[in-house]
Amino acid sequence: MADGTIGLWTVPLAVFGGAIRVSTPFLFVSLGECITERSGRINLGLEGTLVMGAMSAYGVSYLTGSPWLGVLAAGVTGSLLGALHAGICSLPRVNDIAVGIALMLFGTGLAFYLGKPLIEPTAPRLPAIDFGWWSDIAQLRAALRINVLFLIGVVLAPVLYWAFRTTRWGLLIRTAGESSDAARAMGYSVLAIRLKATMVGGFLAGIGGSFLSLFYPGSWNEGLSSGQGITAVALVIFARWDPMLCLWASLAFGGAAALGPALQSVGITSGYYLFNAAPYILTLAIMIITCSPKRTLTGAPAELSITR
Amino acid sequence: MIIGETPLPAGALGVDAVAMTMRFGDFVALDNVALKVRPGTFHALLGENGAGKSTLVKCIMGYYHPTEGDVLVGGREQAIANPKDAHALGLGMVYQHFTLVPAMTVAENLVLARDDVPAVLEWTKEKKQLAAFLARMPFKVPLDSRVSDISAGERQKCEILKQLYLKRRFLILDEPTSVLTPGEADEVLGMLRDMVLGGDLTILMITHKFREVMAFADEVTILRRGKLAGHGKVADLTPDNMARMMIGAEELTIQPARVGGVGEARLELDKLSALDDAGAIAVRGVSLAVRGGEIVGIAGVSGNGQRQLVEVLAGQREAESGEVRVAGDIYRASREEMRRHKMSLLPEEPLKNACVGGMSVADNIAFREFDRAPFASGGWWLNRTAFRDDAEKKIAQYKIKTRTPDTPISALSGGNVQRTVLARELGGDVEVLIAANPCFGLDFAAVAQIHAEIMAARNRGAAVLLVSEDLDELLELSDRLVVMFHGQFVYEARASEADLTEIGRHMAGH
Repeated sequence: MADGTIGLWTVPLAVFGGAIRVSTPFLFVSLGECITERSGRINLGLEGTLVMGAMSAYGVSYLTGSPWLGVLAAGVTGSLLGALHAGICSLPRVNDIAVGIALMLFGTGLAFYLGKPLIEPTAPRLPAIDFGWWSDIAQLRAALRINVLFLIGVVLAPVLYWAFRTTRWGLLIRTAGESSDAARAMGYSVLAIRLKATMVGGFLAGIGGSFLSLFYPGSWNEGLSSGQGITAVALVIFARWDPMLCLWASLAFGGAAALGPALQSVGITSGYYLFNAAPYILTLAIMIITCSPKRTLTGAPAELSITR
Repeated sequence: MIIGETPLPAGALGVDAVAMTMRFGDFVALDNVALKVRPGTFHALLGENGAGKSTLVKCIMGYYHPTEGDVLVGGREQAIANPKDAHALGLGMVYQHFTLVPAMTVAENLVLARDDVPAVLEWTKEKKQLAAFLARMPFKVPLDSRVSDISAGERQKCEILKQLYLKRRFLILDEPTSVLTPGEADEVLGMLRDMVLGGDLTILMITHKFREVMAFADEVTILRRGKLAGHGKVADLTPDNMARMMIGAEELTIQPARVGGVGEARLELDKLSALDDAGAIAVRGVSLAVRGGEIVGIAGVSGNGQRQLVEVLAGQREAESGEVRVAGDIYRASREEMRRHKMSLLPEEPLKNACVGGMSVADNIAFREFDRAPFASGGWWLNRTAFRDDAEKKIAQYKIKTRTPDTPISALSGGNVQRTVLARELGGDVEVLIAANPCFGLDFAAVAQIHAEIMAARNRGAAVLLVSEDLDELLELSDRLVVMFHGQFVYEARASEADLTEIGRHMAGH
């Protein structure tokens, strides 16, 4: 390809690059939600956490000049929101799903309110590693500019998989999620375990938000999240609460979301909005294929309010 | 423990409860009860539901703080503020409900129960230690199997092993054999008895099975309505003595004699199959005919497909294949069919399966007929007076203890919930009756009444299918007995000629 164009190869390449960029927030939110749900609670508020994380990361990065301090701030904001969710859910007869919806609205609303002054200024963004230095094809180089957060997420998934099996904390989280009676009979406080699990989950979801504002798309505005937080919660369900499957599901989702823009870039514009709906069509298809009215979900933590 | 104090003696521990009183508001759950369990003995704690057995052991284990009274461990007074204190003294308890985590392996469950779980587990080392521990134990369990995949008997062994792994020297067992076959029960209790005789362990077993008390216990303490009703050496007592102490002077409903001949086949199952919640096959092509004037009992250890079978008959679950016929017609559990064939159902856990907890006793009694005269005009306008009148009549007739007919049914005790369902289901004509564990967890008076009603329905010509985990109940009521194992009917006998060991063998799948 002497002329430097790669023709239709642009599409898979753009899907690949897009999969990595778009999947990162999905990956962090779904891994966080995976931890929370394995402890027996659903936090639907992660959409709000994601947006709050994006706003606080952008704000702190702008004020301090360090994007990594922004990422940390996003995580801390996320864990505070997680603590709020867990705290309210610790009260008797409180439904975690209702609290989650309330916190989703609260988180997005608060982020829009506090983030008003941040729409104009430009904050320092997260660096990317250029894995495509060896090539002189522009599209390939673009696809291979990979953010460090994505790499951290990719490492985190197997680490969580290992931790659920071989660490004390992993076993305790699973016990609280599978049988709160068993955990109590062993003398552990189920509420304390769930508090910590929800805070860690919020921390990761906040970091997912920081990726949105500090890398891709890389600015702060009110239309930043198109429901990635809530979609990631659904991802956990069809990843069967398995961190490794969360990784693959996030990548598949990111790839599907990148399909529309990729096709547009090679000039296929008819059905652009239809292709943009690909992730949602994928969700529906997976749901229909994997669900059955005759049996309950396998792998679902037994204490979750949707399976109990 | 005070520093410098001499440590508790090694080996089996004795525990005494002295003048225990426990009040919950106005309700006195325990009234000045004394319990003396001597070290190295197998002690049985007998009593009806609500007699205070669980409250007493929960006071010993530190779950409750008694209003008055003390606990002596190894002859020394101990302040047990919570279960952790009890564990530190070497006291352990096996609960009636399993406390194993079903989605985890046996090994994970055992390690997790320890107080000193390391932050990162070295599974190779842990497994080696567990295997060495198991080699010293009389029971064998599969370490790498998930708890949800092993049988109820193995789970109960795991629960006990877990306590022994934690080096308990005084073990409380709450109805440990309720989910076991008679053979498994004898095996587990026999092994525990050997450990007691070896001097390593003291056992306090809550039970209501006289057979197990007579065969395994050294001493017995009997509670009735929160008071000490008697205690002594098992060798000096008979089951009749103990039953008298348990129920006191209460009059029990007398069960009518078995009269009348069998009629035509009323309820027929033809190669019926059903799936469980996980989508696995639970009922495997079973066929059976129940005739009018006959009680057919289905025996089996819980979890062999009985629940799914009853749910299909109750209309709570779709059959995968095969068919059910009632009086020759195909039956799909619609309301119209139930009414036409006069079907009645006494499901297990009646509060969950047959009642709406938040609705009143009167409404719950009216469920079968509420949309017809005299309860409704034109099929939609409800006549509340008729509800109330009918409820008051049935409350008196079935001796339901409720404050008013308008009390929510969830406020009633288990026995009275089941009496309410009994009034609804057996108050009118019955042609087919399906009962599943109808007496589970109820007191003698309720059990006697329910058994009498089931027998009376049979004598009036109803076809009765009785599914139960209680073999004594099945042998007492059934005309014919079928054993269900792995979703299939594996054995059938006339109840009068049935042999307990033979049935037990089939229940265990041999």
